[in-house]
Amino acid sequence: MIGQLLWRGMLAGLIAGLLAFAMASTFGEPPLTRAIGFEASQADGHHHGEAHSHGATGEGHHHGDGAGISRATQSSWGLLTGVGVYSTALGGLFALVFALANGRLGRLSPRALSVLLAAGGFLALVAVPWVKYPPNPPGIGTAATIDLRTEVYFLLLAVSLSAMMLSVRLARPLRARLGPWNGVLAAGALYGLIAAFAWGLFPTVATIPAHFPAEVLWQFRLSSLGIQVIIWAVLGLVFGALVERARRRRQLTGRASATA
Amino acid sequence: MSQTTTATGVSPESPSLPVVPLGELLPWALLGGLLLMLALYFVGAEQGATAMFSGTGIHEFVHDGRHLLGFPCH
Repeated sequence: MIGQLLWRGMLAGLIAGLLAFAMASTFGEPPLTRAIGFEASQADGHHHGEAHSHGATGEGHHHGDGAGISRATQSSWGLLTGVGVYSTALGGLFALVFALANGRLGRLSPRALSVLLAAGGFLALVAVPWVKYPPNPPGIGTAATIDLRTEVYFLLLAVSLSAMMLSVRLARPLRARLGPWNGVLAAGALYGLIAAFAWGLFPTVATIPAHFPAEVLWQFRLSSLGIQVIIWAVLGLVFGALVERARRRRQLTGRASATA
Repeated sequence: MSQTTTATGVSPESPSLPVVPLGELLPWALLGGLLLMLALYFVGAEQGATAMFSGTGIHEFVHDGRHLLGFPCH
């Protein structure tokens, strides 16, 4: 049955990815292109290393001619591949988490569980990290800090996800102790508290150049958030619907209900 | 018996799934989880702070997606 869930998770992820690509292409690319324009204008008159610093893997790559990949490719097939692979893989992992959570978090229908897991995943892996380390377009960030920024970002993801799993794990005993309403509130408060501590304790990495256009930055970050909202919302809704549909058709067979 | 669709989640007729035993889940979680995480890594971080392959081809190809998905890029 896990294999069948996994396929459906990746299918839901792929659908989510295609819709997210439409969003990224329409609303994400314009600010990204303007950010590259700003970056190029800064690089022209500046000494190497400040605004025009790229990649930790050696020579600075210019957008457009690095490794022979053009901007046209980056913004179409590259973007589709990146968002598609990310979303599909996320869907697969989501299905595995769903298989673990199913039947262990109380009596929830597959659709309800799927939506709840997607909401929790979005909160833990997108919303909370977004507050501390928001997405940045090209032209922000220096090669000198890429190692630090990568480390703290993934560390925050790990802390946030662990805290979410802990809260979900504790929700059941807390419900038994404090009642269904207050128990869930207490579990949620625990996650919020850990998130707030993480925001406070994690180092702030300031990398925005002095004259970077604020409008471009705002639009970029908003569109980036929109892409993630689409991915998680579509994933949660489509996966739950696919599972219930298959279940009604008796396509998902487990130990308890082998009807074939 | 025929299952009926219910609009509001939990009910005796809702098509709930059997619980998957942990022993059945573990090999899938290890192998599938690892492969899927590897896919996320290639989109999100390869040839950035760390690199399994030299060059910048992968980084460049998924460049826009990496930025827009919120990963630290460069």
